[in-house]
Amino acid sequence: MAATEKEILQVRELTKSFYGVAANDKVSFSLRNGEVHGLLGENGAGKSTLCSILAGLYRPDSGDVILNSERIRFRSPLDASNMGIGMVHQHFKLISSFTVAENMVLGLNAKSRNISLGTVEDEVRELARQYGLDVEPSAHVWQLSVGEQQRVEILRQLFRGARILILDEPTAVLAPQECDRLFEAVRHMVERDHSVILVSHKMDEILSNTDRVTVLVGGRNAGTLRTNETDAAELAKLMIGSDHLPKLANKSLRRFVESTPVLTIRDLEVIGDRGTEAVSGASLEVLSGQIVGVAGVAGNGQREFQQAIVGRRQISGGSIMLRGRDITQLSSRARSRSGLAYVPEDRLGTGLASGLTLEENLILKSYNEPPYSHRGVLSTAVITAAAEKLVKDFDIRGARSGMPVSLMSGGNLQKAILARELSRPHDLLLAASPTRGLDLAATASVRQHIRADTEKGGAVLLFSEDLGEIVELSDLILVLAGGRIVGSYTPATLDISELGLLMTGAKVHN
Amino acid sequence: MNDTVLVLSVVSAISAGTPILFAALGEITTERSGIMNLGIEGMMLVGAITGFWIGVETENAWLALLGGALGGILLSLIHAVLAISLRVNQIVSGLALVIVGSGLSAFWGNSGDRPTLVQTKTGVRFDPIFPEVIRDLPVVGPVIFGHDPVVYLSWVLVAAISYFLYRTQTGLSLRAVGEDPGAADASGLSVTRYRYVSTLVGGFGAGLGGAYLAIGVIGTWAAGLTAGAGWIAVALVILSGWRPWFALLAAYAFGALRSLGFTLQIAGIGVPSDFLAMIPFIATYLVVIVVSASPTRARKVAGPAALAKPYSREAR
Repeated sequence: MAATEKEILQVRELTKSFYGVAANDKVSFSLRNGEVHGLLGENGAGKSTLCSILAGLYRPDSGDVILNSERIRFRSPLDASNMGIGMVHQHFKLISSFTVAENMVLGLNAKSRNISLGTVEDEVRELARQYGLDVEPSAHVWQLSVGEQQRVEILRQLFRGARILILDEPTAVLAPQECDRLFEAVRHMVERDHSVILVSHKMDEILSNTDRVTVLVGGRNAGTLRTNETDAAELAKLMIGSDHLPKLANKSLRRFVESTPVLTIRDLEVIGDRGTEAVSGASLEVLSGQIVGVAGVAGNGQREFQQAIVGRRQISGGSIMLRGRDITQLSSRARSRSGLAYVPEDRLGTGLASGLTLEENLILKSYNEPPYSHRGVLSTAVITAAAEKLVKDFDIRGARSGMPVSLMSGGNLQKAILARELSRPHDLLLAASPTRGLDLAATASVRQHIRADTEKGGAVLLFSEDLGEIVELSDLILVLAGGRIVGSYTPATLDISELGLLMTGAKVHN
Repeated sequence: MNDTVLVLSVVSAISAGTPILFAALGEITTERSGIMNLGIEGMMLVGAITGFWIGVETENAWLALLGGALGGILLSLIHAVLAISLRVNQIVSGLALVIVGSGLSAFWGNSGDRPTLVQTKTGVRFDPIFPEVIRDLPVVGPVIFGHDPVVYLSWVLVAAISYFLYRTQTGLSLRAVGEDPGAADASGLSVTRYRYVSTLVGGFGAGLGGAYLAIGVIGTWAAGLTAGAGWIAVALVILSGWRPWFALLAAYAFGALRSLGFTLQIAGIGVPSDFLAMIPFIATYLVVIVVSASPTRARKVAGPAALAKPYSREAR
């Protein structure tokens, strides 16, 4: 590749905090002319924040960005674009009812006001040919596939004269053969002296498509390496980070020889939103009293997996059994009645009705059963009494009568969901990222409730991107990657670096 | 030959359709930026009374027309502030504007110690611009050359707005703001500025239409003289698929319906006028149903994606 030693972009000690939490903590990093530089890290490692600063979306709290030996400050994405830095976001910023060419000229300077779309189409066609980014410029964006739309986004940046392209997890939305085409185009770009920052958490992708790689951990640069001098194992070790290794010390091994299976999933196949298979033949079993943790990087089928279990998404194959009963054909309400408790990932979207009060939310799944209602009329006294008891038992704070729950804090919202789900008779608790965004006290309390539930014989299936949480809580750890269960560990057999490798989609032979 | 029912119907359809056309052109511009202003009826009434009053005072038809347009703009400014800056629900604000406009115009038309405007005739009118020789040509004379200058102005506006929306970069930007304000904002366009200007253009169109209705078509003032013309304009915007040339055709079709009552009466066919008044809305229903039956078609003539959705940069 055309990479030279000349550094085109330097980042020095960049710090950016959100609400007192540093997303970038004195990150330094440099980009050479004509290189593909990978940014590797777990979710929340600060990759997106760093890129957003470089693209002019965020302003850093401190630190410098040096472009072509000149210190610069962007006030807007337009500034960055004018200086030759273009970012392709995960969520495309295209106007779907416009043609490709119309999207190209959108927001261009007034001096090109009398631009002719015919000329633009010709230019785009030429650019597309040069870079191997095949797109018809007169097509409307809504007619294009996701892969084509991504090519439009890249072409748009090239059309505006971007020398540095930031691709934020570009393959997250692509089918495998489209990924190959994308990296083909990336090679064309570096041949023409563009520099590319490739954000990814997929190890294989970084290893086969970059010149150098920088690993971010907890907002810091954990190391920049030449790709051809490193391997997956070294990168995984850097990525997980030694101080992030969960403590296994006070973990008591529990045995489940005599336990009965609560949830049995066989060969589950689920089609995702994009029509491709999101879960491909996954099987698992959760025993009574057991916590099974599913580790994995977001976007590997977790969402579809959960939705299939609770009945919010059709499955295309396999079976789901709850206490020996096939629930595959049941509605989500029927599943809930058969003993499935669910703590979803998004608290205010799926977990709670944001405009209703806490009392109303607490009976959201039992309002139509006695004693909460009789012949369609709600028994307010009973409801209030039940709510008061749950508020006390689960220590839910910040609710006032008549106040919508959307005004409560995340921790209290989560406790409210747990209170509602755990107070109903249930055999299985399905919890997805239950402590995401919560403070330490709330996190501890939520984990305590989950643990306590198993002591009464309940089974828990836990999905989380927080590896620490998975390790701390689980009796069995499964790894989900590419819609498959690719690994299984008990606390005794846990090999954290191998698990890290599996999570990032790398192959492990043993 | 120029006195046949058909020719006369076409001429009166054009005359009756022009005020609606002005209002619809304005509303197309407004809605293309993502702002829905249902207050056309109110803005037309205020345009009508302002135009009529200035006509009485100045005896200048063009000043009257301009005054009417200004009246419409002022009323639309209320909607702009509420809908764009304060992010009020646009349906509510638009409906309120109808009531405010009707009330204001009725009050103004009846008050004061001078003879009220209700009893007055302006005495101003627009004369045909082509000489009689041309106007007397068979068929094309009355249909093409027989109109007053305001009708030609409306044709120019149709062409101009169509060119602006589809052929200029500012027009493209305006449509971008209506389709996806977030993406437009990210491209460096000022969503607020585009939306304000196009909402005022909407007021301009409705005010112009109202004033022309009062002085050019009816010739007197009466409270509520628009008789639902503003609502027809709302329907017409949807019917036209937010496209100016289709709005022209639809406006004349609806104009024909408005004058059809008389024609049918003359022909001895008794159709209740209330029934005819419903037809524009039934036609709109039919078009919406036909269009939404096919996803491809729906995509082509769909309204702006961000229509009636307030935009705030921080709320994501």
